[in-house]
Amino acid sequence: MDGAVPLLRVEGISKRYGGVRALEKADLSVSTGSIHAILGENGAGKSTLIKVMAGVVAPDEGRMTLDGREVTFASPGAANKAGIVCIFQELSLIPELSVADNIVISDPPKRFGMIDRKAQRRIAEDALARAGAGDIHPLALVKDLPLSRRQMVEIAKALARKPRILILDEATSALTAADVSKIFSVLKRLRSEGLALLYISHRMNEIAELADQCTVFRNGRNVASYKAGSKSDNEVVELMIGREYSHIFPPKPAVAAASAAPRLEARKLSWVDRLDNISLTVRAGEVVGLGGLDGQGQRELLLAFFGVLRGLSGEVLIDGKPVTITSPAAAREDGIGMALIPEDRKTEGLMLPMTVRENLSFAALDRLSKGGIIDRAAEQRLIDDMVGLLAIKTAGLDIPVGALSGGNQQKVVIAKWLMRQPRIILLNDPTRGIDVGTKQEIYQLMRKLADAGAAILFYSTDYDELIGCCDRVLVLYDGAVKRELVGSEITERALISSALNIHGEESPVGLGAEA
Amino acid sequence: MKDWRYWLAEQRGTLLALGIFIVMFVIYTSNHPAGFTANVVQTAANKGVLLAFVAMAQTLVVITSGIDLSVGMIFLLTNCLASWLVVGTPIQTTLGVIAVLAAGLLCGAINGAIVIYGRLQPIVATIATGAVYYGIGLLLRPFPGGSVNEDLADALTGRLFDLVPASLVVLLAVVLLIWVPFSRSVLGRAAYAAGSSETAAYMSGVPIRRGKFAAYTLAGLLAAIGGLFLTFFTYTGEAAYASGNAYTLFSIAAVVLGGVSLFGGKGSAIGAIFGALAFRTIGDLLFVFDFDPLWQPLFQGVILLVAVSLGAFALFRVRNRLEWFL
Repeated sequence: MDGAVPLLRVEGISKRYGGVRALEKADLSVSTGSIHAILGENGAGKSTLIKVMAGVVAPDEGRMTLDGREVTFASPGAANKAGIVCIFQELSLIPELSVADNIVISDPPKRFGMIDRKAQRRIAEDALARAGAGDIHPLALVKDLPLSRRQMVEIAKALARKPRILILDEATSALTAADVSKIFSVLKRLRSEGLALLYISHRMNEIAELADQCTVFRNGRNVASYKAGSKSDNEVVELMIGREYSHIFPPKPAVAAASAAPRLEARKLSWVDRLDNISLTVRAGEVVGLGGLDGQGQRELLLAFFGVLRGLSGEVLIDGKPVTITSPAAAREDGIGMALIPEDRKTEGLMLPMTVRENLSFAALDRLSKGGIIDRAAEQRLIDDMVGLLAIKTAGLDIPVGALSGGNQQKVVIAKWLMRQPRIILLNDPTRGIDVGTKQEIYQLMRKLADAGAAILFYSTDYDELIGCCDRVLVLYDGAVKRELVGSEITERALISSALNIHGEESPVGLGAEA
Repeated sequence: MKDWRYWLAEQRGTLLALGIFIVMFVIYTSNHPAGFTANVVQTAANKGVLLAFVAMAQTLVVITSGIDLSVGMIFLLTNCLASWLVVGTPIQTTLGVIAVLAAGLLCGAINGAIVIYGRLQPIVATIATGAVYYGIGLLLRPFPGGSVNEDLADALTGRLFDLVPASLVVLLAVVLLIWVPFSRSVLGRAAYAAGSSETAAYMSGVPIRRGKFAAYTLAGLLAAIGGLFLTFFTYTGEAAYASGNAYTLFSIAAVVLGGVSLFGGKGSAIGAIFGALAFRTIGDLLFVFDFDPLWQPLFQGVILLVAVSLGAFALFRVRNRLEWFL
């Protein structure tokens, strides 16, 4: 584009996970001495692309050339050797080892076959200083450091490897403003030293400050490349959206349940540095969405309600009365009647090797038993009801739940909690990785439950779902509620701009929100 | 913070085990009719080193967040083998020692290969290989018997300069020649890294497989050194099933006492050595206080529980209850 020879070029890269296309014929080229920003919504394929470039996943098709020669990386180690170093969103530090150990981990200095600790210490101190993190002691254990310091160590570790191409995947998400400005000056220096940098961030102001070139990803493809600063924030947001709606959502009630009594309330809820003074109300019959980028405290908020977090400050009220919930077992008790459909059904929702029947009954065993003995007839009746209600497709109740399809597994998780007839239902991204048909059934079920009087708090990373399902949406950023969108205000444009914390134009004319 | 504070924090488990051992040993010797004499120390050392070697072996595997339930059986197998091979002229004896150590290495390497390349869970893989090793030991020595080069045996179980127990000197040599180089090598660090977070280690391009393989293999070697010493003490080979199992279980207890985390990635073989010595001293304590030896298992259990509870306090600080299960 600007005549510079691309150092690394990927062409026509595709990658599928099961039936989901994460990348579809994506192209990207990275030049020396520049910072290239990649933008896109959650799940647009950015992370998969850099995983391919860093040797973590192998692409199904496509090719990569480095210095004009075709390369393939069998492992992250191989990519490192070629000079491609990636700072991942999920940290790649080893918690039980010291900062210095971690910084040199992939290629420690050796003397007589043993690791030279003095040299290691020097390298670590040097790398920490270069990253502007001289305050971190090289002998400290990584697990004792707070998240923001770990992220600085991660950056120092990447610098110590002397990369030619440095990829930063949301590498500043946990940093303080002071750290970010230090990192920025480091990155600018690296650019002037001739490195190629790939910068992935959801923070528009960071991209505006740093990037030379931008590429927008959508649905696994690169949809636009442009010179930084040549497009307005709103144009960029539109590039990121540009997608069609499918008519799979049930109609919302004409009159929202705004008059009903509040069922679940939070007042000034805070927890360590993840939740910041959150106040909200969910009424009976209402579906309230939680929006925002991944990891802005949505998951923690649901866990806080469900009694999983300790050291919570603020108040939780059920039916207007303050309650203290100290465990999931307490949260499901009759006075509260709460259920949480967890994010990861495989670890938090199901016991995969156990049968469908057993999994369905777990949450309701106390109701189905007398004196510790399970009433098999009552259990069977309730299970039959649930399997019918949710149309769970299974070859039988006594096969392992792990043998069901993802969508049906998710239905089992939901049914398990419905067996208690909960009054408050918390859902943590319940449709992740399941097929459209099942999604549609889940949307309809949610509305049915709300109409029957349940209060529903629904976190989703999919903006369409929030628009299609919710009466109100609260957008979280950095652990705080940044914006509340009601009814027709819930548009993709409003969701994205408040998720990115842009205070731009807030046009009430949505992009197809009427769907 | 100053450097020494970090060092202290890192060595806390080891120092705690050392502390427990010193307290118990002081109580023991000050109540012993003979007091703190070279003889008493020698006897205690000879009893302690066997478990110390096996516990070191266990440490290497536990660091990778695995577990080796075959260490006690490698210990027995090499004992039976030594009772055949470590005899005769000095040259024959030397070759015998080398063969026994090589057998231990091989056992460890087989464990490692099955766990790492066969992707079996360590607990199952080593129960199976342990049974195989015991079976071979039993074929070698269906009945207790055999012999050993008694000059070598007496030299290594006696005292140097009539003062220092030779078995402790060998233990120290093993620490310096095997443990220290391993823990400071790239492979050792890979073993720690794999135990602490295998994904992060993989993402960082750490040689996980080679590190784990080295840990399992060296564990076999250390168990074989233990087996050799067993032969030096008893002059015979015996495939005693109960004894092999006891060593396996006690080695896990010693490792935990020594501050090595069963979740992997943390701890030192030196801690495990003190853990082993402390664990062995429990029995001696009962002896000097004239308790019926029948009390020994009960006391060992109680002391283990108390020591392990000290390490569990951290759980009270967890803010997210889901982390209890990590």
